[in-house]
Amino acid sequence: MSADPFFLLVAILFSIGLIGVASRKNLFVVYMSIELMLSSVNLLLAILSQVLGDANASVIALLLIAVIAAEAALFLAIITHLYRENRTLDSDRFKNLSKVR
Amino acid sequence: MLNIIVTLPFLSSLLIALIYLGNTNAKRFVLYTSLGIGSLVIITTLSLMSLYDMMQGAATIHTKLFEWIHLGDFQIEVAFMADRLSIIMISFITFIGTLIHIYAAGYMKDDAGYGKFFSYFNLFMGSMLLLVLADNPIMMFVGWELVGLSSYLLIGFYHQDAANIKAANKAFMLNRVGDFGFIMGLSILFISLEGHGFSFDAIKANIALIDYQTLTLIGLLLFVGAMGKSAQIPLYVWLPDAMAGPTPVSALIHAATMVTAGVYMVARFSFLYIQIPDIGLFIASIGAFSALFAAIIASYQSDIKKILAYSTMSQLGYMFIAVGLESYSSGIFHVFTHAFFKALLFMGAGAVIIAMHHEQNIFKMGALRGELKLTYITMFIATLAISGIPPFAGFFSKDAILVTAFASGHYAIWTIGTLTAGLTAFYMFRMLFSVFHARKSKAQRVLHPLPKCMTYPLIILAIGSTFAGFVGVNGAYGGENFIAHFLQLPDISVHLSHSSEYMLALLNVSLALFGMTLAYKLYGHRAKEAQPDTLFKKVIINKFYIDALYETLFMKPLLSLSRFIATTVDMKIFDGFLNYSILFYRVLAGQFIRLQNGKVRAYALYFLLGVSAMSLFLIYKLGVNL
Repeated sequence: MSADPFFLLVAILFSIGLIGVASRKNLFVVYMSIELMLSSVNLLLAILSQVLGDANASVIALLLIAVIAAEAALFLAIITHLYRENRTLDSDRFKNLSKVR
Repeated sequence: MLNIIVTLPFLSSLLIALIYLGNTNAKRFVLYTSLGIGSLVIITTLSLMSLYDMMQGAATIHTKLFEWIHLGDFQIEVAFMADRLSIIMISFITFIGTLIHIYAAGYMKDDAGYGKFFSYFNLFMGSMLLLVLADNPIMMFVGWELVGLSSYLLIGFYHQDAANIKAANKAFMLNRVGDFGFIMGLSILFISLEGHGFSFDAIKANIALIDYQTLTLIGLLLFVGAMGKSAQIPLYVWLPDAMAGPTPVSALIHAATMVTAGVYMVARFSFLYIQIPDIGLFIASIGAFSALFAAIIASYQSDIKKILAYSTMSQLGYMFIAVGLESYSSGIFHVFTHAFFKALLFMGAGAVIIAMHHEQNIFKMGALRGELKLTYITMFIATLAISGIPPFAGFFSKDAILVTAFASGHYAIWTIGTLTAGLTAFYMFRMLFSVFHARKSKAQRVLHPLPKCMTYPLIILAIGSTFAGFVGVNGAYGGENFIAHFLQLPDISVHLSHSSEYMLALLNVSLALFGMTLAYKLYGHRAKEAQPDTLFKKVIINKFYIDALYETLFMKPLLSLSRFIATTVDMKIFDGFLNYSILFYRVLAGQFIRLQNGKVRAYALYFLLGVSAMSLFLIYKLGVNL
């Protein structure tokens, strides 16, 4: 069976994630889009492991899942904190880095 | 030996400064005092030893510290020379300087900047010694400038008060005007010598190379420098304002260092000035005019230190009469005697000021002779000396100058000098009687006690003021004018019969006694401050409006020019041009700044665009067919 449909899936998932980050304002959705991109890369690792018959990539993919879980905890904590501080989840309101006021 | 004499004060100054800067709050009275005074005691001993050697007939001493600049034929050495003139100068400079240092240890005892003060004080001494002992005009100029710098630091010592800083700046800037003339003179001298060496000996040997006009110009320009340092008309206005510094500073500036530098310089270049008697006459005229002018102003002042400042200017006028009329040794003789009594007067005035809790108006003192007996007696001696009453020091030196003026036929200068001598007695005794005799202005007062180190130097100086004149007693009084023979300067030889000398002296003394009596009549019992009620008095009390004149003539135009440059030329033209040239970048940056809007979404979009562009580029480069 050809691996091409899987690569296509990875590409589609990554693109959806990227567009999500660029176009949505809700921090949760932005977060989910980032996770989507990360998962698509993880999927790519798993596919390549299968295609090349090399177990190393599978191991990295497995480790990555643990990292994603830890990161999720941090991310959610930050979002909760930001909400408490500003009573909003609109990412456009957080523009402390901006030069344009 | 000379190396040590010059470098030791600088070293101790540096050392004190380093220790002081280490901890500015620490009270290290003993350390600073022993360093500051100890170094001076050593150099005084060395100077007096060299003086003794030279009296025994030792030759001129030359020493070289190191070579400063060596470019082909051109070389400047840091070298020192002690001939008879400079030995006399350093002997009394170090001796009186040491006494003033001891006095200052008492005067400044409670000051927070005690260490700083002694550091500056030693720097001042070192600069003056460098000036006097320099072997070439370049080193002399270095000392000349250092003296200006340290006087600036000391006049502005009480820097918390803006008026003192203004006075310090005034002194510094007026000295710069003089120094400009001085360095121009030196430069022309250097160029005219065409590389025949630039030490004093070499200049003296090659003076014939320079033609008369150039020499005149050089002499005039050098004298401009002397005008600034020695406070002669028209560059004198800084001297009265220099009273803003602590009193020991005034004593040091007026007695041992700084103001005598101009007279010394003219005497040092005597081989040059002797070729140009016209300039000499000009110097003498300036001196005579300054002497009279300062004496008139001093007669109407009421600040004790200002009176003394104007009296210094007046006495410096006498010295310039002497050196201008080519009687260099009597000029130096007057410098020598003046150092004693002027230091004594200032230190006595400082003692009075301390005792009166920093009151400087003589009309608010009165009747101090009982309470400050020692100060009274010593100041009385000094006043007698400055007024030219025999046998005190001032009589012989002033007499020598006036006799020269009379004998050389410059009767106008002689008349002014004699008149000034009478006026000097008047205003000095006016001050003395107002302070010590007149009825006290306040019924009750408690005097501040004086430490011993402030009174003992007075006694030593009083002895000096009494006897210093005897080194220059001339033939008419049975002496052989020791100092003139010792100095070996190219003096003019004047001949006057002894009887006419006696007549001149009698005239001077009777004028001085007249001034003294008049002062006693007017101020002996009830001293009243001069009121500007008539036009004549008003003009004098306002010092002939010279300060105001300088302000409108020089300061205001300069200030408006500076403002014009600061606001228009600098801001509009230079800055404007620069601002215009970067306009393009400013506009561009204004556009770019919009991209940095702080929105995460926008940044993600840039990221997306960047990655896409990179991918497209790679696809294109790798030639992949999609």
